[in-house]
Amino acid sequence: MLKKNIIKQLSIFVNNEPGSLASIALVLKECGINLKAFNIAESSGFGVLRAIADDPEGACRVLRERNIVVKQTDVIAVSVEDQPGGLFRIANIMGDAKINIEYAYAYTGRNGPSIFLRVDDPEAAAAAVKRAGMVCLSQKDI
Amino acid sequence: MFWNPDAECKPIEDLKKAQYRSLKTLIMRLYEFNDFYRNKMKAAGVRPDDITCLEDISKLPFMTKSDLRDNYPTKMFSIPTKDVVRYHVSSGTTGKPTLVGYNRHDLDYWTESLARAMTSVGITSDDTVQVSYGYGLFTGGLGLHYGAERIGASVLPSSTGNTERQIELMIDLGVTVIACTPSYLIHMGDVAERMGVDFRRDTCLRKALLGAEPWTEGMRAQIENGLGIDAYDIYGTSELAGPMFTECAERNGLHIWGDIAYIEVVDPETHEVLGPGQRGELVITMLNKETFPLVRYMIKDVTAILDEKCACGRTSPRIERISGRTDDMLIIRGINVFPSQIEHVLLMNPSVNGHYQIIVDRVNSLDVMTLQAEINPEAFSDKMEDVVAIKRRIENDMKKYLNVSVKVELKESGSLPRFEGKARRVTDRRKY
Repeated sequence: MLKKNIIKQLSIFVNNEPGSLASIALVLKECGINLKAFNIAESSGFGVLRAIADDPEGACRVLRERNIVVKQTDVIAVSVEDQPGGLFRIANIMGDAKINIEYAYAYTGRNGPSIFLRVDDPEAAAAAVKRAGMVCLSQKDI
Repeated sequence: MFWNPDAECKPIEDLKKAQYRSLKTLIMRLYEFNDFYRNKMKAAGVRPDDITCLEDISKLPFMTKSDLRDNYPTKMFSIPTKDVVRYHVSSGTTGKPTLVGYNRHDLDYWTESLARAMTSVGITSDDTVQVSYGYGLFTGGLGLHYGAERIGASVLPSSTGNTERQIELMIDLGVTVIACTPSYLIHMGDVAERMGVDFRRDTCLRKALLGAEPWTEGMRAQIENGLGIDAYDIYGTSELAGPMFTECAERNGLHIWGDIAYIEVVDPETHEVLGPGQRGELVITMLNKETFPLVRYMIKDVTAILDEKCACGRTSPRIERISGRTDDMLIIRGINVFPSQIEHVLLMNPSVNGHYQIIVDRVNSLDVMTLQAEINPEAFSDKMEDVVAIKRRIENDMKKYLNVSVKVELKESGSLPRFEGKARRVTDRRKY
C-alpha cells in the first residue's frame, strides 16, 4: 500500500568511451523519453546512467527494443527544504532507521527540491520518512 | 667451446646415418609398443618396413596438438606412469590442457641439449645464471635450471615477478647470465632505471638467453645497446621437452641438434616438404623421446631451415628466427593462449552473452591483454559493485584456467562487432 511512494528509476549500462553517452541520449531523444533527473556513475571501463523519466515502464520497453541494457530500479524521492540542513535531516532519518544509502542524487522540480535515494528496502525507508513527518513524492509528483 | 664435440661436430653424412638409425628404431618401437602410434600408422597405410632411408620420414603421418589433447592425460604414453619422473602442463587449444611426461632418459637429453646450447654461447661453470622463467608447470624455469646446473654454473632460481628483488639479487650475487622472456628483460631495464641502477655500471650481467615469445632483431639491438650485454635467442616447446635450442656465438640461426631432433619445413597449405631456405611450417620429430611419441609434429611455428655449415663448426642444421604462427595462438608474457580457450572460459559465465573481442597491447614493455565482453541485460544491476563483481569473476576465471592476467571490460550488448564469415576477434597491437 506504500507502493505509491516508490519511483521507478531507469538504470542504463553505458560503455565508458567517447560517444557512448551521446548514442544513448540520441535513442532517448528519438523515443521521445524526457528525463526529469539523472546521474552518471562510472567504474573502470563502464558507466551506469540512472535516470528518472515520465513513463518509466514505456521508456524501458522502447529502450529494450533498441537493444539498450536497461533495468528498472525502485528508489524513493524525498521532498527536502531548500535551506542548510535539508540533506542532514534526511540522512539522519536514514541513519536512525539503520538504512544504508546506496547512492543518492538531487533535483529541483515543480514541488521544490527533492532527493532520490537508492536503498535496499525502499518501503521501509519511505515509512521512516513519513514517521519523521517528511514527504515522499509519488511518480505523478515528479 | 663445445660441450659434446663428438655429437655437435659429427660429419654431416655420419649424422644423417645416425638419424636414420634412430628414426628406424623409434618407428619400430612405436609400432610394436604404442597403440596410439600404431593406429596412426595403420590409418596412414604405412608400416615400419616402408622406412628405408631418412627421406622416407615423409611417408609418416603428421601429429598435431589435438593428438595430445585427445589422448589427455597419458593415453598416448609408451611407458607405465610409474616410470614417469616429471610432468609439465601447458595450455591446450580448448578447455583441456596439454600434458607432457618425461622419464629419466627424456630429462637427460633435454638437459644435455641445453648444456650444449649454453656452452655454444660461451656460458661456463664460472657463470652465475639467473633463471627468471616461471618455475612450475611451465617448462622454462626447471629446463634452464637443470641445463645451467649441468654445466656447473651457479644457478639463481628467481622465477618470475618481484622485479626489484631480482635486480638486487643480480647485483649482490654478481649474476652474469639471465634467462627470461625478452619483454621481461626490457621491463627489468626500466625498473632498474627507476631504482637508479645502471646495468653496465652496477651489474656483472653479460649474456641473456631470451625466448618463449616472438622477438626481433630490433628488440635484440634495443636490449644489447640498453643493457650492454649479448642477447641470444632460445627455442623450444613443452611438446619437445621445453626450451632446448639456442643460437651459437655466430648468431646465425638456432642449432637443432641432429642426434636429438629431426626437422622438416612444410608448406602450411599443401604440407609438401620444402627445401632449405624456404619458409614454411616447422615439423619436428624427437628421435629419442621415450615417454610419448612426437613424430612429424606440426608445431605451427613459421621458419626456414639453414643447412649451410655454420662457422662455429657445429654440423646440425639451423632454423632461422621464428617469424610467426600458422594458427591464432597468442603469447602473453611467455604464456601460450588460444582465443578458443578464452572463449571457452568466457562462455562458462552466464553474465555475458558470448560476443567478445581480445586486444593485446604492450605497456611498459609488458604484454597486456584486454577482453571486451558484452554484459547480459539480465545480469546488469544499477549497483556498480554488482557489475564490477561480474568483471572480477571473469578476470579470476581467466587467471585460474589460463594462468594469464586479463583485463576485462564490460560492454553494452550489441556494441561489439558481429561477424558473418570468419570472426576476427583478436587485435594484436604489439610492435616487435
